Amino acid sequence: MTADHGPGASAATGPANGPANGTASRANDPGIGARSGVARPTGEPRLTGAPATAALALGDDALVLSHRLAEWAGHAPVLEEEVALANIALDLLGQARLLLSLAGDEDELAYLREERAFRNVQLVEQPNGDFAVTIARQLYFSVHQELLYTRLAAGGGPFAAVAAKAVKEVAYHRDHAEQWTLRLGDGTEESHRRMSAAVNGLWRFTGELFQPLEGLGLDPAAPAAMEAEWLERIASVLGRATLSVPDGPRHGAWAAGAGRQGLHTEPFGRMLAEMQHLHRSHPGASW
Amino acid sequence: MSHDDWPLWEVFVRSRRGLSHTHAGSLHAPDAELALRNARDLYTRRAEGVSIWVVPSAAVAASSPDEKDAFFDPAADKPYRHPTFYDIPEGVRHL
Repeated sequence: MTADHGPGASAATGPANGPANGTASRANDPGIGARSGVARPTGEPRLTGAPATAALALGDDALVLSHRLAEWAGHAPVLEEEVALANIALDLLGQARLLLSLAGDEDELAYLREERAFRNVQLVEQPNGDFAVTIARQLYFSVHQELLYTRLAAGGGPFAAVAAKAVKEVAYHRDHAEQWTLRLGDGTEESHRRMSAAVNGLWRFTGELFQPLEGLGLDPAAPAAMEAEWLERIASVLGRATLSVPDGPRHGAWAAGAGRQGLHTEPFGRMLAEMQHLHRSHPGASW
Repeated sequence: MSHDDWPLWEVFVRSRRGLSHTHAGSLHAPDAELALRNARDLYTRRAEGVSIWVVPSAAVAASSPDEKDAFFDPAADKPYRHPTFYDIPEGVRHL
């Protein structure tokens, strides 16, 4: 963490009504991890070039989805499910910290970038909607993430260590989403209708997951292979849940997918404003 | 389905160093599979366990508080039932 978010820098990014001694106190500050007792990811050398861009892309996916899931805190349909979603959100936050730390300073990257600088896919920034929308988003993303991280962990590239740790977490996320997809799809008339609307509504965001990402160190044929496997797995889950596989476009003009280029959908700006507000309003504040 | 319809489940967790499952608490879930997953999220998130049982609370037969005296008091004044009155014979170890 650098200590350069002085009043000058903060004036450009937000109202500088933080504590006057904020900057001074950061000089000797060992960092957030030391304050909160959570280990800060360290050790791995910073990446540059294409691998750094890829770290940013995967890190932003995890960070943004983590924040979306955290929005359920206090609003989930049942207490048990609230804890489940919060657990998943925290897993993703851990992944985001490791990945963003490979690309730069995690706090600066999370809290001080503008919307256009985020490289996450548009799927993860979509609003929570009802519980079915959240589950459909989880299903699409976690199946993709499991396929990708399994390959990254086996590949021995710059992301092998992070992926090996995350792949067990992700397997649980996928199982959670599958279990709920089956129950909502094959549940009541209303749950079936809502789950069906959710998988259809998010379908056009799923092609972007398989845009080749330079710097991952994967085989050039990997994205196409992952996409085929993803389609197969999704079709199997939806079939068991008595839902039809959506037939809308996943690629091309009518599909979504420019998140990796920094273009995001409208709800993302509001999410970011909430996520970054505290850090930008009180630069250098500490607990 | 509203939360009120969800049955209650009792959760038993075997800790890393324990030999038997110990009652950890209870939770609501629509079925056994999700009860296991909820138990994993609620009761083992700090690495407390290596194995979980969930049991429908309705399947637990419990002694009634009204019968407490008849059930348990008679044992209270029979200390000779504890094996503390015997001298341990020589040569017996691990007792």
